Amino acid sequence: MSDPHFELTASPHLKGGDTTRRIMWSVVGSLVPIVAAAAYFFGVSALLVIAAATVGAVLTERVFGSAGSLGDGSAAITGVLLGLCLPAGMPMWMAFLGGAFGIGFGKLIFGGLGQNVFNPALLGRAFLQAAFPTAITTWPAVGGSFTELRGDNFALPLMRSASDAVTEATPLGLMKFEATSTPVGDLFMGNTAGSVGETAALLILLGGGYLAIKQYLDWRIPVAIFVTVTGLSGILAAIDPSYPGPLFMLFSGGLMLGAIYMATDPVTSPVTRRGAWVFGAGIGALVVVIRVWGGLPEGVMYAILLMNAMVPFINQATQPRVFGKSGDGMVAA
Amino acid sequence: MILRSGFRHGVHPADSKHLTEHVPIRRMGFPAEVVLPLRQHAGKPARLLVARGDKVERGDKIAAADGFVSAPVHASATGTVAGVELWPHPDGSMAEVVRITVERYSPQIPRPRLVPRWEGLSPQQVVGAVQDAGVVGLGGAAFPTHVKLSPPPEADVELLIVNGAECEPYLTTDHRTMTEYPERVHFGTRIMMQCLGVDRAVIGVEKNKPDAIDALTETIPDDLDVTVLPLTVKYPQGAEKMLIKAITGREVPSGKLPMHVGVIVQNAGSVATIAEVFETGLPLVERIVTVTGPGVKRPSNLIVPVGSKLRDVLDFCGGLAEDVTEVLFGGPMMGAPQTDLEVPIIKGTTGVVVLTRAETERHPTYPCIHCGRCLDACPVFLNPQLLGSLAQVGRYEEMEATHLADCMLCGACSYVCPSNIPLSQMFALGKAALRKIATQAA
Repeated sequence: MSDPHFELTASPHLKGGDTTRRIMWSVVGSLVPIVAAAAYFFGVSALLVIAAATVGAVLTERVFGSAGSLGDGSAAITGVLLGLCLPAGMPMWMAFLGGAFGIGFGKLIFGGLGQNVFNPALLGRAFLQAAFPTAITTWPAVGGSFTELRGDNFALPLMRSASDAVTEATPLGLMKFEATSTPVGDLFMGNTAGSVGETAALLILLGGGYLAIKQYLDWRIPVAIFVTVTGLSGILAAIDPSYPGPLFMLFSGGLMLGAIYMATDPVTSPVTRRGAWVFGAGIGALVVVIRVWGGLPEGVMYAILLMNAMVPFINQATQPRVFGKSGDGMVAA
Repeated sequence: MILRSGFRHGVHPADSKHLTEHVPIRRMGFPAEVVLPLRQHAGKPARLLVARGDKVERGDKIAAADGFVSAPVHASATGTVAGVELWPHPDGSMAEVVRITVERYSPQIPRPRLVPRWEGLSPQQVVGAVQDAGVVGLGGAAFPTHVKLSPPPEADVELLIVNGAECEPYLTTDHRTMTEYPERVHFGTRIMMQCLGVDRAVIGVEKNKPDAIDALTETIPDDLDVTVLPLTVKYPQGAEKMLIKAITGREVPSGKLPMHVGVIVQNAGSVATIAEVFETGLPLVERIVTVTGPGVKRPSNLIVPVGSKLRDVLDFCGGLAEDVTEVLFGGPMMGAPQTDLEVPIIKGTTGVVVLTRAETERHPTYPCIHCGRCLDACPVFLNPQLLGSLAQVGRYEEMEATHLADCMLCGACSYVCPSNIPLSQMFALGKAALRKIATQAA
């Protein structure tokens, strides 16, 4: 009898359980309750917007991405996350375009998964903000029946949209332009105007907690963001009580969604653990600066995108100290 | 001195030791032929002493140490030298071997020899006896033991660490040795301590071997300052520098030897072998090998004559299962795959692990997503993510500047990588490329 054929592979010959595919699809799974909450607050419109953005992202990945790259789940994450940070009344073609732009120009143009500098979902949103500034800041009020549309979701591309939906300023807009505060309890539960998925802070925290326990996201980044935002806004509020307080800052706008789901995108955040602290602190500081002194009511998107650009420098500055060497790479005495 | 500070990072693969951890050590019969490579240790290969047709007895020296960092090779069975030729070596190359046809009806009792009484011996004489017996480290690297026993006079060695971590999954060689022959481990420790002039020894054993810890603790001689230290289970605890860090809290400087921080580390199986040399006078002609894995019909811990062919060892354990894909020398994390069942078991072969389709099935490779798990796994705090991206584009000089030399190829980064990127393989290639560049420059 001849010997069996043996494989010749390099060590190690064992493999840990987690795969990139599993990590990505777990993130998608953890978004499901948030999507459900969006549907609860903003009705069928929320689902339409999320679906349109996801189809845009996934279709672009399918057409222009490398073969089989849909299976890694990253395009689906981009689409759903983009949908979650758009207003419910947005025309679907815009959301679709945002998803396509995010994947096409935010990811594939750099070489696909793992190569991009900026978070694709946020880049898609930045594109929409530049292209359709009115549509992306028209916030439908919470409430109403499930089937009632919150805007002209079915508007034809490039046509003027007609809608008589009830709109409302977001808590951050109220704060910025009318100096009115919203109860933190409403913010926590998501019972306020805003993007479809950013309002339910509680569910976002739960999803993030699940991912952190599974080590699918680096908990240091959201923690650094929360600590910095709390600290800075606390100091400002102490100096001048007319500034919004830390709790309001934490639970309003896209901070929760951004800190837990966007800033923690492993591709566009630092690879070192010390870098994660720096990255998170930078985002937190920029959020407070933009919200308090900037021209926009909300600053999470630009804060994360700006810090995305800093990641190579942060990585370089926070390289680990090698065992048996001092910090500067010299052999320890 | 800190005891048990642990070491940072590392990984937790399933230890899979249940297959053999309670299987007592058995002796394998003598095969029809043994094949003894002249290169079975780190350092210079041994110098041939026999020729075709020579009759040799078990324990006879067939090749002598060539210089100080070298070890002799002894006949592991009585028989006739059938040839000196090139033969498949476990490292994948063809190497010079002495092939001995084993005499069929020989009792295999070594001729009476003088058992050295170690008590009166000077350190130099102990070192000589150990070298003469061909003892090398049995933990895998096969570094000649007598070299470790003779540190330079300027080294201030104050602690002996006996390495019983055995952190590689599946392997139970040291585990069974420590459980069944604890006195032998202590005797070897005593000889080493005397020879090195140290007052204190620590035997570090991972907590997944409670019977070994108990056996060693119960048999500590009254007059010996030996501590048996249970260690948290973590790979690669058995790596010298990790073990020193875990037990003493000291970090061996990059590129330096353990004696730089006053420590000598010796693998538990090797310590027991030193004791055997002074108990029986027999040189290193056999070793304990764990033959295990889902692909082996009867997983066992065996005393095997050095030079036994892999085929004979596997046959003795009932043969291979149906869907075997890989046969490894050593554990699954750092072991070397074998493709030829004719390769001999050599002094540094800690075990034979046979894996099947279920263990070796691989997911597809994805692009790196910068998750940083490899940085969290690396026990020497490298940045495998950066090294990997440099390796991918062949920037070897930059890999050197990114501390590639500190990588010990433990495989922890590859193990955790969710994108299934073969990081440690890329680092091995990078090291080879740098060696080539260095030779070309010279």
